[in-house]
Formats: sequence, structure tokens, C-alpha cells
Amino acid sequence: MSTLAATRDIILPLEPLGLNMSSRLPMHAAHLDLLEAEALFILREVAAECRHPVLLFSGGKDSAVLLHLAYKAFHPERIGFALLHIDTGHNYEEVIAYRDRMAERYGCRLYVRHVEDSIRNGSVRLRDPLESRNPHQSVTLMESIAEFGFDACLGGARRDEEKSRAKERVFSVRDEFGQWEPKNQRPELWSLYNTRVEPGGHLRVFPISNWTELDVWQYIQREDIELPELYFAHPRQVVRRGEVLVPVTRLTPAKAGDVVETISCRFRTVGDISCTAPVPSMAGTLSEIIEETAQCLLSERGATRLDDRAAEAAMEQRKKEGYF
Amino acid sequence: MNAIATPAKSTKAGGLKHDESLSGLLRFITAGSVDDGKSTLIGRLLYDTGNVASDQLASILATSQKRGLAEIDWSLLTDGLLAEREQGITIDVAYRYFSTARRKFIIGDAPGHEQYTRNMVTAASNADLAILLVDARKGVVTQTRRHAYLAHLLGIRELMLAVNKMDLVDWQPAVYQAIVDEFVSFVTRLGRHHVQAIPLSALSGSNVVARDQSVSWYRGPTLLEYLESIPARRDAGLASLRLPVQRVARVMLGNGADGSTHGEFRGYQGTLASGTLRPGDEVMVMPSAQRARVAGIKIGEQSLAQAAMDRSVVVSLDRELDVSRGDMLVDPREPPRVSKELVADLCWLSEQPLQPRGKYLIKHTTRTVQALFAELDYLIDVNTLARHKGPETAHMNDIVRVRLKLQQPLLTDAYADNRVTGSFIVIEPVSLNTVAAGVIV
Repeated sequence: MSTLAATRDIILPLEPLGLNMSSRLPMHAAHLDLLEAEALFILREVAAECRHPVLLFSGGKDSAVLLHLAYKAFHPERIGFALLHIDTGHNYEEVIAYRDRMAERYGCRLYVRHVEDSIRNGSVRLRDPLESRNPHQSVTLMESIAEFGFDACLGGARRDEEKSRAKERVFSVRDEFGQWEPKNQRPELWSLYNTRVEPGGHLRVFPISNWTELDVWQYIQREDIELPELYFAHPRQVVRRGEVLVPVTRLTPAKAGDVVETISCRFRTVGDISCTAPVPSMAGTLSEIIEETAQCLLSERGATRLDDRAAEAAMEQRKKEGYF
Repeated sequence: MNAIATPAKSTKAGGLKHDESLSGLLRFITAGSVDDGKSTLIGRLLYDTGNVASDQLASILATSQKRGLAEIDWSLLTDGLLAEREQGITIDVAYRYFSTARRKFIIGDAPGHEQYTRNMVTAASNADLAILLVDARKGVVTQTRRHAYLAHLLGIRELMLAVNKMDLVDWQPAVYQAIVDEFVSFVTRLGRHHVQAIPLSALSGSNVVARDQSVSWYRGPTLLEYLESIPARRDAGLASLRLPVQRVARVMLGNGADGSTHGEFRGYQGTLASGTLRPGDEVMVMPSAQRARVAGIKIGEQSLAQAAMDRSVVVSLDRELDVSRGDMLVDPREPPRVSKELVADLCWLSEQPLQPRGKYLIKHTTRTVQALFAELDYLIDVNTLARHKGPETAHMNDIVRVRLKLQQPLLTDAYADNRVTGSFIVIEPVSLNTVAAGVIV
């Protein structure tokens, strides 16, 4: 590779040959059967080998899929896990209502722990009362793990979400500080998961590691999984900041000089109000969302994070949190 | 000079007819030396299939430009962590995903650094095929042989030789042919495989997704055509029934998913390692050797008329038997071996060398037992395939033939016959780490 041409602009490779992007949409869903089977296996391994597991449930689409998979893994038995939600206090009300409804429907005990309490007892300190509480969730999570003595936390994270996630194991070992050590991960071979942890440590387990955003939507459609309405196109007041739509809410009010528009939009990811943004969309049905996802040129994070630069740093920081 | 490939069972690869009978999911690994263009190939494959988001592309373009590069550095796409980018640390295997209309693909991207044995073994354990990259200017090198051997050891029968940088040798068919011949003659020594060779240029994208029209002498498939048309491991599925029991599901008063209090249910949850299962089939429960017939097979609320390999099911039987986690439902005509001794090839993964007199744990299917090393037979030199008899121990990345004594019997097959019942991991009971991968001979 020549360095002589170092000053000229990089010539983009040929146009992507994916041609029209809907060619990314697999024509048959056999891959969903395999992804489902893998997830059921992982859920059952956790149930069989861990002493006190819990399922992290936020009411987002990934945790909705995870809860449904847990239902299928144990049916006709009831789901053998309690649900845990770390509530930042910055959630959409319809998501909280959905969370409670799902816990009830699946007959699961729901524990809710609040970042607000961690702020009150001093373990979380905010620089700005309106700052995103997303990164602070891990403190409250660690406090909850200690409180209940959980040895495994099942989560709906996917490897395609974030670059650092692409390298995380399905069974991720955390020490008593909750730290992830990317350089010191256990090798993970075949589907022989090593679930042993030292006292005080715990596992984070990600049964849908190998799923992509598109897989999640296809599975939601196939299995007819209920979601919060926020995921479907609806009119909403927003302010444009660059390419991102900032919803006008109690936590993210319009500022002087902002032009407030009402547009049709939906959420690709539902998290903290202060850091997730909707995308302009007319997709009101699952089929339309799937088609749109297959054709979309922006990654889930790129399109929806208000703090996308900070978010990447926040991931790194989260790992170091145990130290400081 | 025609295109060469080898025992070409996949001449249909050129045709793009959608094949419903192929698995919708293919897992493959990529391997090659550091400068063979692996990241470029993966980047190219993702980009040309429309699987690189525009924000990700913009980000790696900007970084490439900032660094004064004349080309896109595709490794920015595949080396994810900030720590990796800043410090040049490569962290084990990364997983990449892409899909086309015909299939979803999972790439196990094993870094090509000095720890390659361990990384290759980790990535290869779940793979259906291996793409081995060679630089057309350098040809088959030691690493190519190592990777082919390791793919072979891990039971990968589909090998793809990607002869990269063909543009730098003016697409000379003779150069390509010589590399393919040398590779095929090496691989033939290992055992039976299917080899597909493709001349390509990852940088320009020739023969990756798009055909290079100027190379008229090559008539085989492009890389993507090959990946879309090759059978996955689970398409073969002829091995006899193996269903390791993961959990026993018991519904009694009050714990039913539907909240009902009538009726009881007892079933066995597990994933079919191989074979198929239908209601009415006679199965044998190992190790007790009791027999029963399958009364029902379900996934969630759905009853199945047949379950195939890799599906996670719950099976009920027509009579009450004593079955627990670690037992196995098998075809009574072809049961697995029941043995308190294992002969296996181990890949040692840990920085702590093997303690020949130490006790270890073996996790095999859903059963974990204690084990002792009865014998270290020989170390295999993965470069020359030579055997060094009677080693004292094994260090990280070593491959060693061992005989293990087990505290309780395991239900095993040879790895060559069954990748699930033929594989195990070794856990060190103090650190609790996974220290070795084993394939049963």
C-alpha cells in the first residue's frame, strides 16, 4: 500500500454491490430457528448451572425478545427467573407501563431499583441534574447484584450493537467490581459454556449475542411479540440538532430559538429519554419496520444516540468504573 | 487453463438459484497471516453486500484520512475497541454479522497474531467453513499449513483458499495454479476435505462479490456465491440421535406457565446434537439404558411432528423414567460409548501450563466430571505434523494427544463423527478458567 499518495483524498471503493439494500433481507427465516435454538440452550444452561440468576428487563425490544425466549425455553414450566429493571427515572411512561404488564403476563417477579436511590445515598454523583443517567445504571445494578446475591444477569445485548460488544463473550465473567476485562476473557468453545465464578463475582449472559437488529425485528414479527407503541411511527414534537431528532420532553425541553416540528417518527431503540432519539419514519407496522431496517444506511447507534461520541467513551469508562 | 478448484462437488455454486434446502445460517472463519489482507477482505465483503452502515463508513473514512492513508483502512471496521485501536492490542476472536437475501452469515474473525492456535481453535469450534487467505506473491506459507491443519483438527471439511492480491501478479493463471496445487497436495495429507480456490483481490473487490470480467480464465464462483451455496454442517444431519438432557421440566401444582393447576407434566429439555426425533420413536436413556417412546416434542407451545439437529426442544416420554441433567437420549441401535477413559487431542489455551498430576474438570455436553491425566502421549508440531513423544507438560497453544481418567463415565462419540458429543472443555478448578479444548479421538 503506497504512502506516496498520502495527501490525496481517499477514493471510495466501488459503490456497494449490495445493490438494493432489501437484498439484505433473508428470503426465508430458517436462520431465526437456529438463533432461537441457541438462545433457548443458553437460557437453560443458566437455569441449570447458576444458583441465583436474574433477567434484566428494561421494556426495550431486545429485552422483550429475551423475555419471550425465556418463556419458550421453560414452557410448560413458568420462567424460572425474576426480572430486574434498573430505572434511571428518565423512562417513557408507556415503557414503564409495558414493563409492568409484561412481568404480570409472564408471571415473573419484578424487582425495580432506582438510580435516584443511588444518587440519594451518594454512590452516584451527577455533574448536572439533567445529564444522561444511562452510564450510572451500572452502579445501581452492582448494588442490586450485591443486595440480592445474583450470580448471573441475563441481558438482551447484541454483538452488532457496538464495536466493543463484538468481542464480548456470551458468558462474560465479572469480578466483584462488575468489571469486564477484555484482555482476560475465557475462551468460549462450541456451546460448552463455563459458568463457574468466584465468590463475589457474577456472570453477564447474553443469549441473543448473535442476533442483529434485523433478526430482532423479524423475530418479533414471527412470534407476534408485543412492544411499546413508541417503536411504531407516530407524530411527535421534535427539534432537529444536526441529523438527530431530539424529542421535546420534560427532560429535553426546547431551547430558545429552537424550531419545534411535529413529524412522523419512531424509536429504533428505547432507553433513557435524555439519550435516545427517534428516527423519521412512516413505518407503522412490523413489516414496514423490517423493510425500513433492511434498507437503512445508518447503524442503530449512529441514528439514535444523542451522545454517540460520549457513548463510546462511556463504554470504556464503564469498564474502568470498578477502579475509580 | 481452466479453473481448477478441486474435488468439485459444488459446480452448482455459480448458479444463484435460491436453495431452500440449505441452512439459512452459515458460520465461517477467516484466517491468514498478518498482511494477507484479511481485514480488507472482511471489510470488502461487508461493504459490497451493503452491510456497512453509512455512519460507520464515514467514521473509518475520516480516521483513514486523518492518518494520511491512501486507501480505506478496513481494519478500523473490524478492530472495535478503543484500546485495540490506540494500543494495537488484538483481543481474541471478534464476531461479525452480515446477511444477503439467501443467508445470514456469522464470521469468526480470529486475529493472526502469535496466539493463533488458541484463537483459531476458539473461532473454528463453531464454524462450518474456513477461508484461508494467501498472498498471491508469497504463496502457501507455514501459516497456511497451520491454519489448514487446525481447521482439519476442528472438523471443518469446507476449506476455501482465497488467493488474494492477484492484481499484483497480473492475474497470471500459472501463479494461481501453482498455489492451488501446493495447497491441495498438503490438504490431501490431512484427510478428506472439499477445497474451493478463488483468485481475488480484496482491495479492488474482484471476485469477492463482483466478478472480474477481465479474468476470463477463471470460471468458478465468486467468494459470495460460494458462501451462499455451500452446505452448512447441519445440512448433513445423518448421524444418529443424540439429545443431551439440559434440564428436567416438571410442572406440578402452581408452576405451570399458563397458571393452570390441573395436570402434571414431565419432560426433558435439550438441544439435538444430531439426528432427528419424531413422536413415537423409541429412544434409550443413557447411561441407564432404559427405553421409552417419545410421547411429544415441543418448542414453547408449539408441538412438532419432527425435530432436527440443533433445535432446542422439550421431549416427553410415554413412561416414567429416572432421567436427569447430564443423561442423554439416544438411538438405541447406535448408542454412544460409555467410558471412564478418554483419548483426545487437547489444545492447551492457558498461560498456566498443564499440571500432569493436577485434577481438572471436564465439561462435556451437559455433564461435568473430574479428570486426571493418565498419559501425555505426544505433542503435535502443527507446522510439520511431526509427533514429539512423551512430553512433560503442555504450554499455551500446544496440541497434545492425551489419555484422561474420569471420575464418572461420559457418553461420547469420536469428534470426527459428532462435534457435540466428541468435544469437551477443561476447567482448572482453582482459577475456574477454561484451560483447554478437547476433541475426542
